[in-house]
Amino acid sequence: MAVTLAQSTSQPKPKRRAAAALAIGLLLATGLLLVIMTLSINFGATDVAPSTVWASLFNYDATSTQHLIIRTLRMPRVLVAAIVGAILALAGAIMQGLTRNPLADAGLLGIESGAALGVVLAITFFEIKTLNLYSIFAFAGAAVTAVLVYSLGSLGRGGPTPLKLTLAGAMITAFCTSFTSAILILNQQTLDEVRLWLAGTVAGRDLGLIAESLPYVGVGFVLALSLGRSLTAMALGEDVARGLGQRTGWVKVIAAIAVVLLAGSAVALAGPIGFLGLLVPHIMRFIVGIDYRWLLPYCAIGGALLLVVADIIGRVVVRPMEIPVGVVTALLGGPMFIYLVRWRVQR
Amino acid sequence: MLATDTLTLGYDGPNILDQLSITLPAGQITALIGPNGCGKSTLLRGLARLIKPKHGAVVLDGHDVQRIPTRQLATQLGILPQNPVAPEGLTVRELVAQGRYPHQRWFQQWSAADETAVRSALEITNMVELADRAVDALSGGQRQRAWIAMTLAQETDIILLDEPTTFLDLAHQVEVLQLLEQLNRQSSRTIVMVVHDLNHATRHADHVIALRAGVVQAAGAPRDVITPSLLRAVFGIEAEVIPDPRTGVPLCIPYGLCAAEPTDTLLHADAVGSRA
Repeated sequence: MAVTLAQSTSQPKPKRRAAAALAIGLLLATGLLLVIMTLSINFGATDVAPSTVWASLFNYDATSTQHLIIRTLRMPRVLVAAIVGAILALAGAIMQGLTRNPLADAGLLGIESGAALGVVLAITFFEIKTLNLYSIFAFAGAAVTAVLVYSLGSLGRGGPTPLKLTLAGAMITAFCTSFTSAILILNQQTLDEVRLWLAGTVAGRDLGLIAESLPYVGVGFVLALSLGRSLTAMALGEDVARGLGQRTGWVKVIAAIAVVLLAGSAVALAGPIGFLGLLVPHIMRFIVGIDYRWLLPYCAIGGALLLVVADIIGRVVVRPMEIPVGVVTALLGGPMFIYLVRWRVQR
Repeated sequence: MLATDTLTLGYDGPNILDQLSITLPAGQITALIGPNGCGKSTLLRGLARLIKPKHGAVVLDGHDVQRIPTRQLATQLGILPQNPVAPEGLTVRELVAQGRYPHQRWFQQWSAADETAVRSALEITNMVELADRAVDALSGGQRQRAWIAMTLAQETDIILLDEPTTFLDLAHQVEVLQLLEQLNRQSSRTIVMVVHDLNHATRHADHVIALRAGVVQAAGAPRDVITPSLLRAVFGIEAEVIPDPRTGVPLCIPYGLCAAEPTDTLLHADAVGSRA
């Protein structure tokens, strides 16, 4: 058999160079995210100079209206957008890797609608107002729907195929959404509280809510990023992964906990925001390949970027009105979904 | 040495293998043969610990594999499942690098040993030139070689393969079988493969284990065990067995089904075998 020695001896270099390039790319993307987040704070009904933004962060003056606007409205808003974007993209990437399903997304598989139903039930029947308790209902809703969708999608021959999982997700979404609507129609007061939230919005949160959600988000984030190597192996199929020494049962349990924490926190913070978890991992896979050790951090940054930008778009297009960010992501994500179904899944 | 001790395997329904005790000779190529549904793939999965025994054990060098840590077992025994699918866009080199998983630890950098193992796996399988191509863009034979390279990079003494030649055309079948033979001869690896084509088994294996309905009908060197009566007992076919004119190994020529045998499963086996 012919062996090209010249080629094989020069092989270690490209590998390291690729890793260096990926690390630099990640840093650049993070820098870009910070710049766009600052722009997003600057931008609004009254434009604020970047220096004022800076001063409000590090040299807060409680008597300044501009400082107040930045601290209580714009900064929480951009932080929610960045956090929710990052965690939804991570949840999507984990679900796509674990189920080897290109259509996996917390929205499409019904998990967000389940979490939203949990929150609406909490508000309506238990008169719960703090995010801490919201979150628990969101996690419960997310966990129950995740189990339901997976069980339904696994019925019949061939186990959980992308098509069956997506259909099960659509079914559960339809069920949860109509149930949510029914509750809201019967209870006008709840409707006003949650109407905007249900469309997916990053506006109207304060820093306290973000702080409350941080423990859940943090644990979900750490669990998610710890799955990198395992998910790369799982993407080769479960038998192969086990043959390579993966403890696949544990990987699934950790992944499920991470997805429930991430998707549940996202819904508690911003309501159900669709398609982001679908869109971002596919774009990032195109850029960095399928090594999940890189893909996951790239998805986090990419998701944050996309949602912060989507929020800016939502504020610009119908000024002085605003479109909820969930509507913007749906407009961006719909065509992507059609593309994936049409060209990727049928193979 | 890999062996089973009164191994009983099954999924939810009735047991597929019952109290099976076999030995897979070290440093040899063993072929598992038998009609569809006879339990040969189940046995292979059981050997790789992909199925937990209901009773008995798979024994590797005197130890029950259930008690060997997962990762350590993966440095001793590799498995290539039937018809594996690589994620879209994964390059051959990335796939092969996955074989190093059991040798790596948390946050451990890609080591020189990893690099050497991947390079030599690519060289042995003749995949160096295709290393940066996407696996899903390769031909069937190349793709199978890429997967075998991944299993090689795992650097295990024992390699299990489930129908490594299914879905390949004739030239690619020969290519893969010759590669396995080369691996066995040059680095004395123990190879256990499920094969459908009897003549592949007799030609390339040192040891044949014939199963029917979860029971071993015969085990031994092809020359000793492949006989018309065995083929009748295992596959329910009337066949002539003659010495291969070049190598002298038994060559099976099937002529028809035995009248007394139930034929439905056999017809099914034939239909599946010809899908490639």
